[in-house]
Amino acid sequence: MNMAETTTARTTRILILTLLIVFTVLPLLSMITTALQKQGTFPSGLSLPTHPQWGNFVDAWNAADFPALLKSSTLIVLGVVPAAVVFSTLAGYGLAASRLPGRSLVYGLFILGLTLPAEALISPLYYELQSMGLLNSRWALILPLLGLFMPFGVFWMRAAFQGLPAELSEAAEIDGASSWQMFRRVKLPLVLPSLSSLTILFFLWTWNQFLLVIVLINNPADSNMAGALATFQGEHGTNVVLLCAGALIIMAPSLVIFFAFQRQFVRALLQGAIK
Amino acid sequence: MTSSNTRVSSTARPTADPQTRVRRRRVSRRGTGWSTLLWVLPALTVYGIFVLYPLVETVDYSFYKWDGIGAATPAGFANYQAVFTQSALYVSILNSFVLIVFFTVIPVTLGLVSAVLMRELKGRGVGTVIRTLLFLPEVIPLAGAAIAWTWMYSPNGVVNQVLRAVGLASDQHAWLGDFSTALPAVGIIGTWVVTGFCTVLLLVGIAKIDPSLFEAARLDGAGRWAEFRAITLPELRRELVVCVTVTIIAALASFDVVYIATQGGPGYSTIVPGLEIYQLTFIRQQVGQASALAVVLVALVLVIIVPIQRLGRER
Repeated sequence: MNMAETTTARTTRILILTLLIVFTVLPLLSMITTALQKQGTFPSGLSLPTHPQWGNFVDAWNAADFPALLKSSTLIVLGVVPAAVVFSTLAGYGLAASRLPGRSLVYGLFILGLTLPAEALISPLYYELQSMGLLNSRWALILPLLGLFMPFGVFWMRAAFQGLPAELSEAAEIDGASSWQMFRRVKLPLVLPSLSSLTILFFLWTWNQFLLVIVLINNPADSNMAGALATFQGEHGTNVVLLCAGALIIMAPSLVIFFAFQRQFVRALLQGAIK
Repeated sequence: MTSSNTRVSSTARPTADPQTRVRRRRVSRRGTGWSTLLWVLPALTVYGIFVLYPLVETVDYSFYKWDGIGAATPAGFANYQAVFTQSALYVSILNSFVLIVFFTVIPVTLGLVSAVLMRELKGRGVGTVIRTLLFLPEVIPLAGAAIAWTWMYSPNGVVNQVLRAVGLASDQHAWLGDFSTALPAVGIIGTWVVTGFCTVLLLVGIAKIDPSLFEAARLDGAGRWAEFRAITLPELRRELVVCVTVTIIAALASFDVVYIATQGGPGYSTIVPGLEIYQLTFIRQQVGQASALAVVLVALVLVIIVPIQRLGRER
């Protein structure tokens, strides 16, 4: 009786798990099999490619101008992520350690932005960047993203600094450490895990940012990977084989980086949610 | 994590009392703490220029009738009135509520059921592979997910292929092109994106529950359901609040998936506030109207999320 029960329970578990994984993998699998079909044909969603056309990926690579795209996305990430991490860390430390009058007001101002949908800002942002002469350049993406990342970044780093034991700063202050030394030598090394998770999250959000690219960037050469997907779909939407190959190529860097750093990614995403 | 940390520091404080006094004196010698404004300044500058200022502008625009080029004329509350009376506008809000079913209710339920069932499925290697696979949709751009699913839903796509194989459909249905199926079809793309994430988050939460609680329940003769209600559900409160919060925001503020998959169509059947704001501003040149909808969206998110957050903090 007991044995039978555990076997059924186990079977149910494995069945549910299998269904969940099939549901997760199926769309990507369909893309891969379609991308390998002959161009100009109308394949079914899932059909084994009898003569896999690996050349489709070369065509898609050229059609998407992948090297230029990779360069542009990388430049955007370099413009956003290091500065966003530094600004968040400084502000997080300042708000965690200071006795600044009205600091809860400043902190509250940042928290206000935590649930703010970017849609609420796009019209004014467009006109603001236009008057700055930055529209349709990568700066039109980099600067607003920096601002938009601050609520979460400040919230995250402040929590990290507040989590450190209070005795630490007392001991260092008695030793006569300045507040910069305290930050640099005592506290910063202790929040490195939070800092690396934050870096991963900022990277992912920059790489995958879509709305701002659609609104603020006209030239595909200044776009990021997510924006490039929309461009590619617009240009090759009718050629489903090339579309699948192109989408896979454009998503490939995300996948490669994810598989290379999967432990850090999973940890960052889970922590990022909990906090 | 945060709560345990604050607990540590609050118990540490009383014992460190004399030293705290020393610290106060040293700080006051250095200045009142105004210098710490320097620490916050870079973050506050970019946040002020590119978030707070546009936010104030959005509120300002919402009281004008403006095409984005010419002069703006004051409109009072007319734009807000339109949000609740013009069909394209209020339909976008209603649609985003329907999306909550697919972005939140289904994934959290599915995630909870699978997490509970997988609890005893041990084996580290298997666990890591499964976790990685389930996380894939969360990592790729939403636009990529939408392209993959647009192909899944097309007449030749996998969905029709599977339905034909099991004898459920004789004709080829264009799921995203049909008024009655387009919105649920878009919703399922959201389900696909967040279910794995919710499952893993809840699995991690379940792993943290003290096993002796389950043993005690077993000894008391509690069945699976009683155990679930008395232990698993209350202990997972924090993780559940996180899943619900993140996914509700994703539903209300959705844009990427709808933009790629349907552009809001057919008709207004899949229009959502984000896409409507975009189209009003940049295609129909009704900036004031778009801004009023944006303000309503911001308010809506707050009204729904703040009480849920309170729920997570209770006890």
